[in-house]
Amino acid sequence: MNVELKDIQKTFGMVHANGGISLKIPAGTIQGILGENGAGKSTLMKILSGFIRPDQGEILLDGHTVSIHSPADAIRLGVGMLHQDPLDFPPLRVIENFILGSAGGLLPDQGAVLRDFKKLAGQFGFSLDPEAYVDSLTVGERQQLEILRLIWLGASVMIFDEPTTGISTAQKMKLFAALCLLAEQGKTVLFVSHKLDDVEGLCSRVAVLRQGYLVGEAKQPYSTKKLVEMMFGKTISVGGRKPCRADKVTVNLSKLRVEDYRLKVRDVNLDVHCGEVIGLAGMEGSGQGLFLRAVGGMTHTVGGKILIDGRDLTGRSYQTFKKHGVAFLPAARLEEGLVPGLTLTEHFILAEEAKGFFINWDKGRLLAQERIKEFDVRGIPANTVESLSGGNQQRALLALLRDSLNLLLLEHPTRGLDIESVIYIWNKLKERCQKGTAILFVSSDLEEILQYSDQVLVFFSGKVTPPLDASTLTTEKLGELIGGKGWPESTDEGKLA
Amino acid sequence: MNSSSVLLGLAGVLYGAAPIMFAVIGETITERAGIINLSMNGTILLSAMGGFAVAVGTGSIVMGFLAGALIGALVALVVAFSSITLKQSQVAVGFVLALLCRDLSYFLGHAYISKAGPRLITIPLPALSGIPILGTLFFKQDVMTYLSFVIIFLVWFWIFRTRPGLMLRGIGERPAAAFVRGANVNRLRYLYTIIGGAVAGLAGPTFSLSVKAGWAGPLSGLDGYGWIALSITIFGGWNPFRAALGVYLFSFLQWLGLVLQPFLPSIPTQVLQVAPFPLMILTLLLVNISDAEWVTRMLAAMPERPRRWMMKLLRTLRASPPASLGVPFESE
Repeated sequence: MNVELKDIQKTFGMVHANGGISLKIPAGTIQGILGENGAGKSTLMKILSGFIRPDQGEILLDGHTVSIHSPADAIRLGVGMLHQDPLDFPPLRVIENFILGSAGGLLPDQGAVLRDFKKLAGQFGFSLDPEAYVDSLTVGERQQLEILRLIWLGASVMIFDEPTTGISTAQKMKLFAALCLLAEQGKTVLFVSHKLDDVEGLCSRVAVLRQGYLVGEAKQPYSTKKLVEMMFGKTISVGGRKPCRADKVTVNLSKLRVEDYRLKVRDVNLDVHCGEVIGLAGMEGSGQGLFLRAVGGMTHTVGGKILIDGRDLTGRSYQTFKKHGVAFLPAARLEEGLVPGLTLTEHFILAEEAKGFFINWDKGRLLAQERIKEFDVRGIPANTVESLSGGNQQRALLALLRDSLNLLLLEHPTRGLDIESVIYIWNKLKERCQKGTAILFVSSDLEEILQYSDQVLVFFSGKVTPPLDASTLTTEKLGELIGGKGWPESTDEGKLA
Repeated sequence: MNSSSVLLGLAGVLYGAAPIMFAVIGETITERAGIINLSMNGTILLSAMGGFAVAVGTGSIVMGFLAGALIGALVALVVAFSSITLKQSQVAVGFVLALLCRDLSYFLGHAYISKAGPRLITIPLPALSGIPILGTLFFKQDVMTYLSFVIIFLVWFWIFRTRPGLMLRGIGERPAAAFVRGANVNRLRYLYTIIGGAVAGLAGPTFSLSVKAGWAGPLSGLDGYGWIALSITIFGGWNPFRAALGVYLFSFLQWLGLVLQPFLPSIPTQVLQVAPFPLMILTLLLVNISDAEWVTRMLAAMPERPRRWMMKLLRTLRASPPASLGVPFESE
């Protein structure tokens, strides 16, 4: 189906989310929609899929003007959208999710639906158990379910909003294969992303949005430099590798064991030097998260020792770890890291641990202003944290950290952030390394792991590799290890490096 | 005590459970849609009084039950309007309604205290009532008790087997996703809140025209049942069958309190009368104990085999509420 958007406008309060965007997308293509966070991509897609109404503008499908008032209208017209966090029902079964919302009589014909489901799943090479509960699936599998459902409902225009966030490399390959198949079948695929690599690798054409406006279109082959320029209005370069590992050991782990009811991480021996960055790689839930939290004193260890700066802190609480210069930045920024409802000023006042009963508001505001400037947070002291974008929340979290730290623990430090923020955040982190802080971070982004770590630990269902030198490690090798290939028979020997 | 009197006692357990069943099933329907109707205690009292008054006034027992359902629906409408349309706190509105309706029932029902009124009669079902044991238990009851059996199956079937029922689960779980799939979330929430209220409204007249026939104001002894119905709804995990189990368990405990009285003369009768209420709440705690962190920790420390077994048990016991229970929905 040919899609045409004509002069789409939408304002939220004072913000032009879409300032008159016109775009033509022919059938059978994979169209990339590129832009940093807040560029208006999601708004435009939500308008096309009926989730929000435009203030002005027209949508044409195969040359006919259509009016889309709701997502249900959109799907009737053949437009379906896969949301970043798939809009499904976690406690229901796969097949129930599949049926929910489809037209038909009082009693759904389970048998017929099951046949359709299996046929479609086979077509795309997805293996989903129809009886499984959705909350037991990975994000990648939930996407697959939504794709099948939308096709089953007759979607011929399919929108994918940041679909590569939070899924594994293998699932990404599967997803891309499915998208190519959809395009071959003559469907129109819109691929919304802020990841240049993904867009370049998949899309036959791309439209770049910036601050609510369409700033340019490009076709294969792309010039990365040009795309980046369009996205940000300026050129950005990733800084080179700057190892600043010192000789002093700041954290020493010996025979560390951590367990939860699913997983056992056994006998990890590790020396972390001042200024060193260690990346923890692995599929989600392979033990790296558990390990990270154990090193920060947030999970009880079952055995072994944790020495921070020479002091044995095994079995102590996070508060004690914190006193000894350990800080933790969680992946769930708003849920675990910040306090929604409180302003930036209030956050800085809380983090200061100042003495006295009354709050010195003037001092707090000044402090907030100072830090906001220093960390380039786009907001004012009176903004509540939930009103900030993801990138700015992460900047605020960094700004809240104490000045001198021995160890900084990060969970997915740049998940969901645009390139500019990613580079900014890592520059700030590197500054800390130069001052002697060691960093341990978990990430599902292999490029990030290789780009910024000095050493890498790979986790696979609780097993841990000895520290691997990041400068000699390749993406392929890392990918294999993460997928459980190329492991030595026994890794209980401890560290080799 | 001989076996036939035990059997009659157990039949009485089913009979006495009927009003609580309506309240619990009604609340289950409402909460499945994502709305908490906390006014249950007031709904029961007001519909008991209203149903009795209408039955006395019109001389028709059917009108009494219809009036009860209507009162339940109206109270639910207030909850729906204030929470869905006005976006007010469901808890606050429900709580105030619970108190208001209770006092309203005492105030408005003053004239009907100790008046003689109609009472449902037992209708043994032909043939079925002749079956040994089961006949006495299930088939020598009154109409509302039969209805309390039927409604369990009916509502279960609707929620878990039909297409609209699937959507009902959807709007309570994740209204945004249900909206994307074509549901008019707020209209459906209105509908199910009112239906749930009407079903719960049958509880009152089932008390005042059958189980505890008559109206005696504060002495009717109905105050408190609404709160226990709310907790049984949680115990029931928003599943009619499990909810029914909870209702019968509660009714059984009440009967046990009566039966045990002569054997335990040292315990004041009040204790035995009140005991089912805290017992029910303890059961509720037990059911959701797997959420506690110390339990997870304890489990992690257990050896493999008993741990698996415990996990399985806890998972079966566990019931998680509709994810959007009490959360208003706004399409962007």
